[in-house]
Amino acid sequence: MEQQTFLADKIRTQEYFLNMGPQHPATHGVMRMVLKLDGEIIRNIDPVLGYIHRSIEKMCEHDNYKQIIHLTDRLDYLSAHMNNEAVALLVEKASGIEVSDRIKVIRTMMSELTRIASHTLWWGVMGMDTGALTTFMYAFRDRELINDIMEETCGARLTMNYSVIGGVRYDLHENFVKRVKDFIVHFKKKLPEYDRLLSDNVIFRKRTEGIGYITKEEAIAFGLNGPTGRASGFACDIRKLKPYSAYDRVEFQEVMATEGDAFARYKVRILEMWESLRILEQLVDQIPEGEHRVKTKAVIKLPVGEYLQRVETARGDFGVYVISDGGSSPYRLKFRSPGFANLHGLNKMSIGYKIADLIVNFSTIDVVVPDMDR
Amino acid sequence: MSYIGDIINGSKTLLTGMSITGNYFFKNLFTRKDVITQLYPDNMNELKMFDRFKGEVIMFHDENNQHKCDACTNCEIICPNGSIEIVWERVADPETGKNKKVLLNHIYHLEMCTMCGLCIEVCPADAIGWGQDFHHVTRDRADLTKVLNKPGSSIMPGVKEKK
Ligand code: SF4
Ligand code: SF4
Repeated sequence: MEQQTFLADKIRTQEYFLNMGPQHPATHGVMRMVLKLDGEIIRNIDPVLGYIHRSIEKMCEHDNYKQIIHLTDRLDYLSAHMNNEAVALLVEKASGIEVSDRIKVIRTMMSELTRIASHTLWWGVMGMDTGALTTFMYAFRDRELINDIMEETCGARLTMNYSVIGGVRYDLHENFVKRVKDFIVHFKKKLPEYDRLLSDNVIFRKRTEGIGYITKEEAIAFGLNGPTGRASGFACDIRKLKPYSAYDRVEFQEVMATEGDAFARYKVRILEMWESLRILEQLVDQIPEGEHRVKTKAVIKLPVGEYLQRVETARGDFGVYVISDGGSSPYRLKFRSPGFANLHGLNKMSIGYKIADLIVNFSTIDVVVPDMDR
Repeated sequence: MSYIGDIINGSKTLLTGMSITGNYFFKNLFTRKDVITQLYPDNMNELKMFDRFKGEVIMFHDENNQHKCDACTNCEIICPNGSIEIVWERVADPETGKNKKVLLNHIYHLEMCTMCGLCIEVCPADAIGWGQDFHHVTRDRADLTKVLNKPGSSIMPGVKEKK
């Protein structure tokens, strides 16, 4: 017995490097991570970006403000509507365009639908990353209903490109209210099923509880945001901090957790779907009448200056920062994407854990690679 | 004791999960009530897309093979990707004798189009709009470059030339 302990102390595995990605199915896209491993234990992670860099920020400098919006669909494609909204809100704020209540409510509802769609997809993939294929199918079943709502009103399922400067592109489809109500009823029945299927599952619990721990201080230091930051107890919901659109008139709770582990991040997202449903319920019956689009000038020019607009996407705090030289396209445009900030926390979360835990952590920060790598 | 308790609890959560999946499985084994999967190539003929679905940009023609495009090139200018090229010439109007722009080819590169919808929005004559077809798979990229105005088509009478 003594001899064995002695041996185990003596024999150290050599630290070695392992490439994970760029075409690894668990990296949710083209993302490469160079892992420094000691046996199966992670010592360091170096994310390597650039495989799907499309220089969207540079492209924006050549496009006028109307044309920029459709590019933001391609950042975080699961929160496409919120990204569109961010640019639209920025230009409206900077050029003093007032939008009607109807527009605000439509945008808020679309944002919340997008959030639910994004979180359901994340839930499915989260299950898949921990080895449960069923969740993926069930998540897509429910997400399909939102996709239908989107397709009917916006014309596209994923890259909606629905917000435009001064409103939304089309008025709501006549079936919209009915479909949203049906969806709320349907999803309220299905969400508890999510819990019974995955949240309470013993294997899933063992794989997420106590894994990928990150404290509140570290979360703030690394700039974590969205559900990832809130799971560590960092109140960072832009909908509460700086309400935009119709968020100041709806009642909802900022979902928080204090544990800071992978399961807390999971829990926050599940509870956020309930809150989104609550917002939808409050708004669906009282969409104000009015125009869906304000007339704007053909060429929109922003006054000289710097502008910033933040919105809360499904992944966190998405910011658009524009320096305008008075022209019809920005002098410089910067997207502050939530996924990129959350990626910084990954190293802290995963050091000392196993490779399989890295997959769980990677999944719980809800990565969308085009969001990090613009 | 807790060891056995763990096993019992664990099995219970697994059975709960399996009761859900089993429920769906047996309920839909014979009736396809909850099934939302569409059997895509089989239902190709019945499949109807939503009216607003953005499949491709098309140009509307009436029964006389006439369209409304007066080659104002607004759509060409607004397109962020340069997916549209308008080829036009000036032809003397037989009635007034004035030179008028006439559309020769409205060339649309579907392979470069991002479906942003700006061209459709900006068209003063509503000559173009969304088509619902999404069967764009081809073996050759060149097949995706389309000429939107049909061969032999002409402009509808009454469409005014805009500045
Ligand atoms: S939809 Fe957008 S990208 Fe496509 S042709 Fe029209 S303007 Fe160009
Ligand atoms: S904007 Fe309309 S009318 Fe003008 S060239 Fe394009 S399709 Fe023709």
